[in-house]
Amino acid sequence: MKFSLSWLKEYLKTDKNLEEILHWLTMVGLEVEGVEDRAELLKDFVVAHVLKATPHPDADRLQVLQVQNGLETLEVVCGAPNARAGMKGIFAANGSYIPGIDVTLKTTKIRGITSNGMMLSEREIGLSDEHDGIIEVADDAQIGSNAAEALGLTDQIIDIAITPNRGDCLGVYGIARDLAAAGVGTLTPLEIPKVKESFESPVNVTLAFEDKFKDACPMFVGRYFKGVKNGESPQWLKDKLSAIGLRPISTLVDITNYSTIALNRPLHVFDADKIKGHIHIRMAKNGEKMVALDGKEYTLDEDMTVIADDNNAEALAGVMGGERTGVSEDTVNVMLETAYFSPIRTAMTGRKLNLTSDARFRFERGVDPAFLEDGTEIASQLILDLCGGEASKIIKVGSEPNWKRKYFLRDTRVEDLGGVKITPKRTQEILETLGFKASKTTGGWDVAVPSWRYDVVGEADLVEEILRINGFDAIPTVAMERETPLPRGAINITQDRRSRARRTLANRGMNEVVTFSFLHSDHANLFGGSPETIKLINPISADLNIMRPSILPNLIAAAGRNVDRGFDKLALFEVGPQFKGENPNDEITVASGIRNLTAIPRNWNIATRSVDVFDVKADALSVLNQIGGPAASAQTVKGAPNWYHPGRSGTIQLGPKITLAHFGELHPAVLKAMAIEGPVVGFEIYLDNVPFPKGKPGDQTRPFLELSPLQTVARDFSFIVDTDISAQNLINTASSADKKLISGVTVFDVFVGDTLEPNKKSVGITVTLQPTELTLTDAEIQKISDKIISKVLEKTGGILRR
Amino acid sequence: MDTINNLKSELGGKIANADSMDDLEQIRISALGKKGQITALMKNLSALDPEKRKAAGKELNILKQVISSLLDSKKNDLENISLESRLAEENIDITLPIRPEEIGTIHPISQTTDELISIFGEMGFVVAEGPSIEEDWYNFTALNIPVDHPARQEHDTFYINAKKDDQRMVLRTHTSPVQIRTMQSQKPPIRIIVPGRTYRCDHDATHSPMFHQIEGLVIDKTTHMGHLKGCLIEACRTFFGMDELPVRFRPSYFPFTEPSAEVDIGCSFKGGTLKIGEGQDWLEVLGSGMVNPNVLENCGIDSNEYQGFAFGMGIERMAMLKYGIPDLRTFYESDLRWLKHYGFQPLDIPSLVGRAGL
Repeated sequence: MKFSLSWLKEYLKTDKNLEEILHWLTMVGLEVEGVEDRAELLKDFVVAHVLKATPHPDADRLQVLQVQNGLETLEVVCGAPNARAGMKGIFAANGSYIPGIDVTLKTTKIRGITSNGMMLSEREIGLSDEHDGIIEVADDAQIGSNAAEALGLTDQIIDIAITPNRGDCLGVYGIARDLAAAGVGTLTPLEIPKVKESFESPVNVTLAFEDKFKDACPMFVGRYFKGVKNGESPQWLKDKLSAIGLRPISTLVDITNYSTIALNRPLHVFDADKIKGHIHIRMAKNGEKMVALDGKEYTLDEDMTVIADDNNAEALAGVMGGERTGVSEDTVNVMLETAYFSPIRTAMTGRKLNLTSDARFRFERGVDPAFLEDGTEIASQLILDLCGGEASKIIKVGSEPNWKRKYFLRDTRVEDLGGVKITPKRTQEILETLGFKASKTTGGWDVAVPSWRYDVVGEADLVEEILRINGFDAIPTVAMERETPLPRGAINITQDRRSRARRTLANRGMNEVVTFSFLHSDHANLFGGSPETIKLINPISADLNIMRPSILPNLIAAAGRNVDRGFDKLALFEVGPQFKGENPNDEITVASGIRNLTAIPRNWNIATRSVDVFDVKADALSVLNQIGGPAASAQTVKGAPNWYHPGRSGTIQLGPKITLAHFGELHPAVLKAMAIEGPVVGFEIYLDNVPFPKGKPGDQTRPFLELSPLQTVARDFSFIVDTDISAQNLINTASSADKKLISGVTVFDVFVGDTLEPNKKSVGITVTLQPTELTLTDAEIQKISDKIISKVLEKTGGILRR
Repeated sequence: MDTINNLKSELGGKIANADSMDDLEQIRISALGKKGQITALMKNLSALDPEKRKAAGKELNILKQVISSLLDSKKNDLENISLESRLAEENIDITLPIRPEEIGTIHPISQTTDELISIFGEMGFVVAEGPSIEEDWYNFTALNIPVDHPARQEHDTFYINAKKDDQRMVLRTHTSPVQIRTMQSQKPPIRIIVPGRTYRCDHDATHSPMFHQIEGLVIDKTTHMGHLKGCLIEACRTFFGMDELPVRFRPSYFPFTEPSAEVDIGCSFKGGTLKIGEGQDWLEVLGSGMVNPNVLENCGIDSNEYQGFAFGMGIERMAMLKYGIPDLRTFYESDLRWLKHYGFQPLDIPSLVGRAGL
């Protein structure tokens, strides 16, 4: 909301300077977004007289002007069609900055003729978008005088943000009221003129609503004027409007804009001679059409309110007037409309038609329902003063919507909620300056809300009014006290695990990324797909149209972008949500990562290699270990979902029901579809599936540590087995030979080919024995060895290699 | 006696001249071996009478000790010489790089979230969470934003196909629905912070369709606006690490709080660069207010008995301000150069009692 300082001061008597006013605007909740000092902006420009205008010898559209700027006469090349000898305009000398086009003027030759400065258009000085011609100033403006003064732009323009609850401050008067309450000055009471009424309106107005639509327009006030002259507005009115960026149009229209800005009272004027018969305010018919003042045709429906004559809809209630009945220079008889339209219906109409206007902005936030008659009187007087003519008797139909309400404000409430003590005197003063009526009763106040304050709907709102006007600065600061005797953890085990997963993976050389929760459905489909229910209706782009079923596609896409930048070694991970449906349980937190191309880059010391499955298996197991998951008892089995390579992927699980992680090489077809070169390996750790540790929470004691004094013994075995016998199978089988004595089995060698049969492999294992009571004799060791060999033969068909 | 002295000087001379371990071993064998000169003399002792045998035995023992000691000492010398010459040869270029290894990074969003959790955690807040896909009621209606409320239009909501109670489900536009879920499931006192993903249908230089917020909620019988100020001033000052950071509370409007306040921190924009903590300008960092009684009642909490405050801030915005990250969109681009530059070491774990100057 823009307004000028001088306009504000018409309603607020104050000796405060601009800075103090700006401070208080912000501190009562009317945040200052900008201050424009036009005098400052235009200080380099002066009024100049065009002495002579001759056509440019080498250009059809240009003229060469002789311009007197008060100091000297200069030659200026100008392309404006309205430039002519005898006119006065605004001159910018070389070296001055032209704000509208962001240029500092230099002497330039235009088609061979040197131009020493510039005659300015409105756009060039940042006044408007107008650039059809140069600015013309009044003949009596003094040559060489300051441009801002000549243009009536010496005022400061203040721009404030109005929160959706403060429709009442969409008028300068409302702003002045808030400032007055805060002690910045005194509010000037509005003078309501008594207009001389000389005849009955020839046009009648009816509210033609079915009962269920009665709220659309509960009250309409209007007046008929005859014999008016609708010319250009007087300078003071034009200056007021153009200062805040509103283009003066004609006196009648300017008066409606003035009323809107000054008093938050939108009005409409109809050319009464174009109204057929009488006015009916009604719901539109489905499919009814109307051309609005913006020149566009709108198709209406039965939820929209219109102001119609006997034939057609002639205005969209609260949003915009119709073109056909709009006023023009020829208008002689006028119908003034001052109505109350439903905020909800106005907003809905505007949204459906995608039509915004100053009127809609105000009606949808609620205009003062008790200001229809007074608003009409003020506008009527302006019409009579500026356009002449005669006024009819006022037209009033319907009645004010019921806005009267009272709330009880407990004496203790401001302090209880606000933490600051405010005296009863100050409480009453604040409320009454804001227009509330506060009467003291036992234990509190009965407070009547003024008609313009829609936002006040309870005691808490009254508390807010008092606190904000008294100033939030006046509230003493109190430290938060912990509510428990001891500090407690801020995060639970699930949240802690995510953090550990992140830091574990980062420590393993991976870079954490954050990618969008939505992606392209083609990408989703490569990773199991997402149901239609979680498709976005209004995606920001078609590339981001569905919630992700996996984090991997985003990581692969990110890797691809980095490969394009020349990186051939990427290790990216994300800990975040993925979705299989719309319910809260369908959203799970997954730690996913990928590594691509190079695992060990070229170096002087060790062999270079590409990433493989065991890189990501290590990532997954490491995270499971670090987050306190049962990694040791988990089984790794072959196979993973179909976005992984079928032969080079695995699943870490606790039995067939609890999946802890998938890992593996990404399927070549998936990589091809995503246009990225492999190998890419990845993992997905389902953090939410990891069981919580057993034992009582808070029990920190560890089990007793038994240390054997006896040395361990290690024995190596090499077995020849079928290639499809897994290492895990061999380890488990060997371990089962003596669960008490065997403390570990590791694989030290895997060998295929050469001397072996094609479907056989040789696997070397080391079995570690930990004696518990006595050192093992050679015979005992041999006995266990034999058992291992026979077990392996029995369970896997493996034969000891001699 | 002479024999012994002669032998002593002869062996001593040989030991001194030995220049290898092999030489030295030969000398040891020739003196102390089974057929060695000293061993032979020892054997002859038995032929002497007891008086002489005692004296000669003593002499021979001393000789044996002296020679042994000379041999040991020479052996030590020769070992030292040999070690030194080996070490002189064992030279490598220690300026060669190490075997390839890589340390990763933590994303600034995670880091900033952890920092804020540690700050509010110290004040007794615990982390609560909720889903990204929300019901209209939790995201709007329960938060005092009814269907026709103008504030709804400002939210640029993403809708999905699924419906609940005949209303389209939404991607939550803020973390505030978790306030409602918490108040429904837990009795006051409540003191939570809610970090998480939020979504708005807006994409330009300063808006991302997905971003992160952190929300706070305190509900008990006595917490008032003075506590709100105390809590948020302390949080802002701790986060930016400035004891005297100016913090300003300015009335504003949010449907779910009453009164509502926006919180600004002092800064300067002089010369086009933002400096936090100095100058005459203000920068908005968070929204806050006393919980609107309607919101409490919507959750079945008696607003005459309970009250409290709520606040919310953008995590990316806080990270940008603190770490000087200029562009919001870069947070989600996964550019390795950006991740390495703005990311954090895995062991940079935020803690208020950790390294001074968090």
